[in-house]
Amino acid sequence: MTINQSGWKPTSPQANEGGARATFTGNKALMLEEALIFEIGDDQTTGVDFPAGDVAGSRLGNLTRKAPIGLPGLSEPETVRHYTRLSRQNYAIDLGLFPLGSCTMKHNPRLNEKMARLPGFADVHPLQPVDTVQGALGVINELAVWLIELTGMHGVAMSPKAGAHGELCGMLCIKAALEKRGEGHRKVVLVPESAHGTNPATAAFAGFTVEDIPATAEGRVDTEALKARLGPDVAAVMITNPNTCGLFERDLKAISDAVHAAGAYVYCDGANFNAIVGRVRPGDLGVDAMHINLHKTFSTPHGGGGPGSGPTVLSEALAPFGPLPFTARMKDGHIALIEEETAGDDHPDTFGRMTAFHGQMGMFTRALTYILSHGADGLRQVAEDAVLNANYVLRSLEDTLDAPFAFSGPCMHEAIFSDEGFPEGFSTIDVAKALIDEGFHPMTMYFPLVVHGAMLVEPTETESKAALDQFIGALRSVAGRAMAGDQSLKTAPHFAPRSRLDETLAARRPKLVWKEPAGTREAAE
Amino acid sequence: MMRYLPLTDTDRREMLAVIGAGSIDDLFVDVPEAARLSGPIANLPAHASELAVERHMTKLARQNLSAGEAPFFLGCGAYRHHVPASVDHLIQRGEFLTAYTPYQPEIAQGTLQMLFEFQTQVARLLGTDVANASMYDGSTACWEAIGMARRITKRAKAILSGGLHPHYVSVAKTMAKYTGDSLETSVPALTAETDVDALIASIDDDTSCVVVQYPDILGRITDLRPLADACHAKKALLIAVVTEPVALGAIKSPGEMDADIVVGEGQSIGVGLQFGGPYVGLFGCKDKYVRQMPGRLCGETVDADGRRGFVLTLSTREQHIRREKATSNICTNSGLCALAFSIHMTLLGEAGLRRLAGINHAQACRAADRLAKVPGVRLVNDTFFNEFTLDLGQEARPLVRTLADRGVLAGVSLGRLYPGEGALENGLVVAVTETVTDEDIEALATALQEVLA
Amino acid sequence: MSRYFTEDHEWIDVDGDVGTVGISDYAQGQLGDIVFVDVPEAGKSLAKGDEAAVVESVKAASDVYSPVSGAVIEGNAALADEPGLVNTDPEGEGWFFKLTLSDASELDGLMDETAYQAFVAKL
Repeated sequence: MTINQSGWKPTSPQANEGGARATFTGNKALMLEEALIFEIGDDQTTGVDFPAGDVAGSRLGNLTRKAPIGLPGLSEPETVRHYTRLSRQNYAIDLGLFPLGSCTMKHNPRLNEKMARLPGFADVHPLQPVDTVQGALGVINELAVWLIELTGMHGVAMSPKAGAHGELCGMLCIKAALEKRGEGHRKVVLVPESAHGTNPATAAFAGFTVEDIPATAEGRVDTEALKARLGPDVAAVMITNPNTCGLFERDLKAISDAVHAAGAYVYCDGANFNAIVGRVRPGDLGVDAMHINLHKTFSTPHGGGGPGSGPTVLSEALAPFGPLPFTARMKDGHIALIEEETAGDDHPDTFGRMTAFHGQMGMFTRALTYILSHGADGLRQVAEDAVLNANYVLRSLEDTLDAPFAFSGPCMHEAIFSDEGFPEGFSTIDVAKALIDEGFHPMTMYFPLVVHGAMLVEPTETESKAALDQFIGALRSVAGRAMAGDQSLKTAPHFAPRSRLDETLAARRPKLVWKEPAGTREAAE
Repeated sequence: MMRYLPLTDTDRREMLAVIGAGSIDDLFVDVPEAARLSGPIANLPAHASELAVERHMTKLARQNLSAGEAPFFLGCGAYRHHVPASVDHLIQRGEFLTAYTPYQPEIAQGTLQMLFEFQTQVARLLGTDVANASMYDGSTACWEAIGMARRITKRAKAILSGGLHPHYVSVAKTMAKYTGDSLETSVPALTAETDVDALIASIDDDTSCVVVQYPDILGRITDLRPLADACHAKKALLIAVVTEPVALGAIKSPGEMDADIVVGEGQSIGVGLQFGGPYVGLFGCKDKYVRQMPGRLCGETVDADGRRGFVLTLSTREQHIRREKATSNICTNSGLCALAFSIHMTLLGEAGLRRLAGINHAQACRAADRLAKVPGVRLVNDTFFNEFTLDLGQEARPLVRTLADRGVLAGVSLGRLYPGEGALENGLVVAVTETVTDEDIEALATALQEVLA
Repeated sequence: MSRYFTEDHEWIDVDGDVGTVGISDYAQGQLGDIVFVDVPEAGKSLAKGDEAAVVESVKAASDVYSPVSGAVIEGNAALADEPGLVNTDPEGEGWFFKLTLSDASELDGLMDETAYQAFVAKL
């Protein structure tokens, strides 16, 4: 069998002894327990006032829904309290440093939110006549221009809904370009071992075969191994730059040249663009396609897991194959929307449509607001401060934690450490959970897979030096306790709304929807 | 210089000293000389104040005719509903807005419990056993369902109803080119009858699934039970697509009619129009197919103290673990929109949802009757929920533009959705929600009568 | 009856021309708690080295390869309800599938218990 290389061997947590002081409610002062809506709501209560409607004489085709649906309602005050209480069980950027490597948890400016809610953007239908939505199309077009300029690329597909969707966009462009050249037989996509899981998943989804490319001891793509594998069956290489070890792939231009000479294309995973925005243009490194996570580099909120937005910049070679729809500014200033109808004349090689409508408009307004706020000079400063903060963390902790690539020079926007040197029985997860008790969100754990027990720390540029110093102190303290074999780490966190959760039980006996406990109805009657 | 960057120049100097670097450029030594930009990119503006940015964005926003400014009748996959004020307030709480995917469950119970509640609400609304924690939108959820049916049935022919939203069909066609699925597609006819009988007749032993929209793109409603039975007789799956979830407060859920997978666009509830995104894909299915489902799933468990808690679970289906063998490449979902959906649904509750649906249907019936009285206009539908199709007797698309000039956003012309389909060019799809007043209906009827004359 | 091991940590017990396949105690220890096992259906024909089953922990999914070629007789149905058997009794009740060997000489390349323990000790 294939062996799990991450170093993470999850098991059910040991049951804690009931030492905590109990309260009647289960609440602990400001830490408030909250039941499920199914336990506190009912099918009569509503927080919205409507007159009772009469559906008699309807035209519903005798398909009226008669059986109870089972949707509990709450009044507005109960609703506000329910979700406010839930919100307080979450960690968030607004609360503190969120050093989740590869995820770029930077401050989300509130001006972005205000602009996205202007009725001219928020209350506009995607199928309105284009004359009535020139401002919305203007936002898309203006953001597109910025993204093209910042990346030095030829064009941009704006519709992908998230980073992985953008990857798919790029890979479908590559597929379409190969087919147009009559080289659809090129099936192999080379992906470094350290890549995000979405890379191989996307390549496979697009019908390619994935082959791993090894990394060197200093944490970069093994250029020689990659070059040696190039050949007439290779369609593309997918490279993350800066890579997931937080290092700049300094050979990328040479790799791109070799890939192009072999008739293949270069896909760049742009998840880490934050480190180089305004200082390096991927187009100058020979990249053919790269998605940009607006929710990373350009500060649109992560929202507890989306929505994202993944515009994908394209080289001159791939731009003709980009998806529909897209905008084009005409000579008279009017912005046209190119859809299936007119694509035949202007864009005959498009691979088609990836989603209904025009992409994540609400994220475009936020990202454009952010970009205009920073300007070309401010974005360059973003990259510099992000890299400065990460190197400060790296050099402040390399005497405490093993930093496997620290010898090879500066890192970019994130610093990586391993669990090397931890005593038997201690792993990265114990350090991560103890950081929770210190008031921080843990770093990314056990990724990338090329580092055992990986801890990937990305502070971002929106942290002050004081915040970094406190985090460094906390991580130093926790790592020291791990090295000393402090058993209390094994049951951390101790001060969070929940102690360690039993993920084994959740996966072995999945409970994915709430069900009325057996006998409840009878008991109530 | 920048309001979002806390480091001072003194901080920067001190930190460089700790690092042992002479300047910031020393940290970018790995960038090849030729690729280094020496300063800010030329031709791009410099940073700007809040006031200046707000002025610029407001100017752009004013160039749009927003739905609140005119009698408004557009639908076809995106619907204008009133969203209670508390929804937007709650989703802007920083603990929801600026949280990440709940990978550390001990400090993400808020998001996780919300997702568990969302999954349950969605499953009950769609009539499925389970539902996931959301997809990007309805169109991509629809495609993912087709891929899921291929994995389950190990067959690759999907039959798409002509009543399926044409953008959803386009997305499926794009993806099918690369995954080897074959799709049978058609366009709808301007008739009261749907293509359900034709779909039943076309199912064979190679069919992986039939995909049908409910209510369909023209607003028609048809009983899915015979179609489900026909699918199951050939061991194919029935995928139902719901683009207007409010309808399920009035009409039977696809799950009740034995659909195997039900996907939907959740935008109607809580999310708002936003010119097409971000929206929220709904995805539910029968229990037995859960391991073939794409997307994140939240599950109930206990913590080390025996207290109930929630975690992301069955993650081994997903890309970050299964890589090229994952059920989908989806990573980010639509968490904040799922939250908006869930809050709005909690405010509605069953009583509120049923009333909302009732008002939508009653108002749509009023509009249909009034508009059918306009000379030259024919109501195509026998059945509908809050959206129906008119045959205007002449090409609808230029009329929609003319009506927009007169300050009425009249609906979606089928010429816009099906360019080149001459048989559909006279069709106008009109959506009527609770936001439409009697005066709005009268304004549309009057304007339509004038432009048709 | 004799037991053989592969370098990929599968074991196979051979009784006549019937083999029983599972993963080693070392392997289950590497995975942590097993939460799901996907075993092959009866009748499936496998070549040596084919992906025969999938074993999942909370955070990892691993392919299990067939140590030899043959036709599957049965998958271990008990694992559907109790995947934890792979943790508690990996080399007994936690077996994955049985198959009819098509080429017994393929066993020659495998390790015996002693050789496997020496192999694992070096990892």
